Amino acid sequence: MSEFIDNTLQPYFNFWIYVILMMIGLWALIAKNNLIKKLIGLSIFQTAIILFYVSLGVKEGATIPILDHHGDHGHGAETEHHPEAGHEAAADHHGENGETSHAEEAGSHAESQGEGDGLKGEYTPEAHIDSTSPDPDKIANPLPHVLMLTAIVVGVATLGVALAISQMIFKEFGSLEEDEILEELKSGNVDG
Amino acid sequence: MLSKVFATIAVVITGGILLYGVSDFPGFGDPHSPPNAGVPGSPSVSQYFITESYADTKVPNLVTSVLADYRGYDTLFETVVIFAAGMAIFAILRVVGDQSVEQPRRTSESSFTDGDHSRIIVGTTCRLVVPVIQLFALYVVAHGHHSPGGGFQGGVILGASFIIIALAEHLNAALRRFSERSYVVIASIGILIYAAFGVFAQLLGGNFLDYGFLEPILFTDGPEMARSHSMLGVEIGVAFTVTAIMFAIYANLSSRGLLRDGL
Repeated sequence: MSEFIDNTLQPYFNFWIYVILMMIGLWALIAKNNLIKKLIGLSIFQTAIILFYVSLGVKEGATIPILDHHGDHGHGAETEHHPEAGHEAAADHHGENGETSHAEEAGSHAESQGEGDGLKGEYTPEAHIDSTSPDPDKIANPLPHVLMLTAIVVGVATLGVALAISQMIFKEFGSLEEDEILEELKSGNVDG
Repeated sequence: MLSKVFATIAVVITGGILLYGVSDFPGFGDPHSPPNAGVPGSPSVSQYFITESYADTKVPNLVTSVLADYRGYDTLFETVVIFAAGMAIFAILRVVGDQSVEQPRRTSESSFTDGDHSRIIVGTTCRLVVPVIQLFALYVVAHGHHSPGGGFQGGVILGASFIIIALAEHLNAALRRFSERSYVVIASIGILIYAAFGVFAQLLGGNFLDYGFLEPILFTDGPEMARSHSMLGVEIGVAFTVTAIMFAIYANLSSRGLLRDGL
């Protein structure tokens, strides 16, 4: 049992959660009688898919996919959290040829800080790499974020249209329960 | 009852197959997994985006640069999808003309300044808060290059500011500020702006949505800044469409197509 937890469950814990969420949504989509509850199940399903894709782009110890460009003084808050690293970062930012060495230094600093446990990646603020040499290992993958922006937007659009259709169904049949609607359809006194 | 049994069986089988496949996934947070670093032998697109995107476009926000420039064609049709959803809801629900078969639920349309004090707290708070929300929404759209944000996010916030007016006071109060003709026109203008950037790039000799060729029009020095400015223009177009359609969806759904009384 503990071997099952260590080998199968713990490294892929987040994927198990997403699959369970997906199955909850799928169950609601099929089993529930009310049309609005089916739509809620569909929305849960979409949310699980979006979470799954975004989690694929996570890198341990990496920062957000926004580069820190020269002349930006807005990162003073992060230097307070890690004062020693922040001073190095501030000093290196204004250096002409300290940029590549700053990236390597930040990389080694982050490696010595972050441990191998996959769920406990530490946020290293000096890793907001300057824009001349971004290190792909220290910046989260931007591509799943982009794809999921589209997915969220399309999900909202389809949810809106589905709600509009439910309103018309209610106006036509007087009920939003699937079995009552099927009864009305079978008894044949609806046109169209 | 039978549907619940069938649903349980289907969910258990599908869930079991998916969970069996989970053990083949790369570990969570691995920077060298195939989505993050590619497989040996084929270059990784996301690594190209991370290392070369600032040199190509001078936009620090990698997500915005991929969304509006490298995958701009996809974003154009995502905007068209929102527009089509708004038009679909319009076509399904909208009832024009005098078909008042049921009583409108809230007959009094007077705001609290006319003497109806039942909504004074919510109404006052709404009037104080909505300008701030709209300003923040414009900031999110304009600052999408340097901080998380962009057209979709700012457009949703701006649309929500009109929905708050409709919820706090009356749907007609929001419609007086953002009438049906306005939101249809603004939604269309948003897509036209986006497509115009693409067509002008074609007229100047490049491919559709190849912003680097817009350099003579935008008076920039170098194609990178042209791409940066075109990204901002394109995001503004997206924000127009998203704002208008968010409010259109709410107005049509909450009034069942009549646009006379909201919730």
